[in-house]
Amino acid sequence: MKSGSNLERVLTEGKFAVTGELGPPRSADPEAVREKLQYLKGMVDAVNITDNQTAVARMASIAASAIVVQEGMEPNYQLVCRDRNRIAMQADILGASALGIRDMLCLSGDHQVFGGDPKSKKVYDIDSIQLIALVKKMRDEGKFLNGDDIDVPPKMFIGAAANPFADPFEFRVYRLAKKVQAGADFVQTQCIYNMVRFREWVKQAVDMGLTEKVYIFAGVTPMKSLGMARYMKNNVPGMDVPDWVIDRLKGVEKKKAASEGIAICCEQIEEFKEMQGVAGVHIMAIEWEKRVPQICEQANLLPRPTF
Amino acid sequence: MIVAEIKSLEDLKRMLEGYKQVLTVGCGGCTSVCLAGGQKEVNDLNTKLMLTAKEEGATLETKGFTVERQCEPQFVAELDRLVGSCDAILSMGCGAGVQFLAERYPDIPVFPALNSLFVGINKDVGWYEERCQCCGDCVLDQTGGICPRTMCAKGLLNGPCGGPQDGHCEVDKDTPCAWVQIYERLKKQGRLDNMLEVRPAREWEGQVQGSVVLDAYKHRYTKNDE
Repeated sequence: MKSGSNLERVLTEGKFAVTGELGPPRSADPEAVREKLQYLKGMVDAVNITDNQTAVARMASIAASAIVVQEGMEPNYQLVCRDRNRIAMQADILGASALGIRDMLCLSGDHQVFGGDPKSKKVYDIDSIQLIALVKKMRDEGKFLNGDDIDVPPKMFIGAAANPFADPFEFRVYRLAKKVQAGADFVQTQCIYNMVRFREWVKQAVDMGLTEKVYIFAGVTPMKSLGMARYMKNNVPGMDVPDWVIDRLKGVEKKKAASEGIAICCEQIEEFKEMQGVAGVHIMAIEWEKRVPQICEQANLLPRPTF
Repeated sequence: MIVAEIKSLEDLKRMLEGYKQVLTVGCGGCTSVCLAGGQKEVNDLNTKLMLTAKEEGATLETKGFTVERQCEPQFVAELDRLVGSCDAILSMGCGAGVQFLAERYPDIPVFPALNSLFVGINKDVGWYEERCQCCGDCVLDQTGGICPRTMCAKGLLNGPCGGPQDGHCEVDKDTPCAWVQIYERLKKQGRLDNMLEVRPAREWEGQVQGSVVLDAYKHRYTKNDE
């Protein structure tokens, strides 16, 4: 075992894995983390803890992850390249491991112009692929980036993100290959709505032998409403929302749109379970954690394996 | 060239408040080319400053002089005969020019009239775009002649990130994604293999003040203790 995390065990046992997501609060209140977490208990194998998502300052992902550990659940600690240089990142990776965090997700991070501090100074000392390689080097070689020895190396199951829908499409699978080459153990994708394109991307990954080296999680976000679907289609970078999604939500009464959104999500999950090359699903119910139990139930993902 | 733009008149008035004899110094180099700090701009600015002072009932005398380049000692030396009568110098050079003047005339306050913006190119008349961040470790040989450090909003060495859509960068629909452009150009040149290797974390140059002495001149500036 590389990190001995719950997620790693679920995957190495060949079980279809499930991850959830929790955005830390814009406050110092640990109860806000615990409150969201209660909906995810027993529903998912690990919970992504976002790192200042959308470039807005929030409770540190490492702190919220530590609270998740205290609560007996497993965090997938997200770390973005936007805000920290290699000194701070290496320190945080050691600190995260010391706090019992065993999964982490290496990301570039949304550019700060999207957030609350568009004139803050960007860092990007290293990029997401270099971060993956850095964590791998620390874990497997017991070395810092500069080659110095680490007495007790961190234990981390290394995650990366992939967006099969961004440009240029034909390069996307090669970018996945670069992340695998750098040392990613698992990959979580951007929210999938365009199933045609996703199937094609996964097939490419299978054909290139990548799915034998990395576990791919298909990302899903249930639509709460027609308005949300339209917003995601038109305003969220890197999001590909085909018209059929809009049409299905349009086709039901307004108060039934949420159920329809969940139904779409569960149908997708059922397909992912059967899709060659897909090892799990990553459920990003944005500010809608309380519906995760329903989704897991309806998509026949329960009970989650225990060890 | 270094591209700069003039500060607001309000900013300049605030800097010059209380000074009565100002020497405005233009630069015939980059800032002249980007129409921010050449002889014409010196004259225009002095006229504006005088008019404003007059409107506000203040006393202000201005002189203007444009040197060939504010970053060269022999050109800056031409100012020696002019600075005696002034109580402030307003430089229309880049930040390097301002500092070089301040270094030569340490007894006189030297103020910047411009904000230096970037190293760029002249796309068309009055249209300048950034192209280089002087990072000290050029990778343009591998990136189809497009600088990812400068042209990618995140400065990624292993791009593109997950953001580009319809060829534009996630930060702005009018900004092309540098890595999509790099991809297209390398594809055209049959050099896509350059996109496949994982580029390691770079060693950043320029983390302390830069200084270069050419080998051929080292003997001039290095003390030989032997």
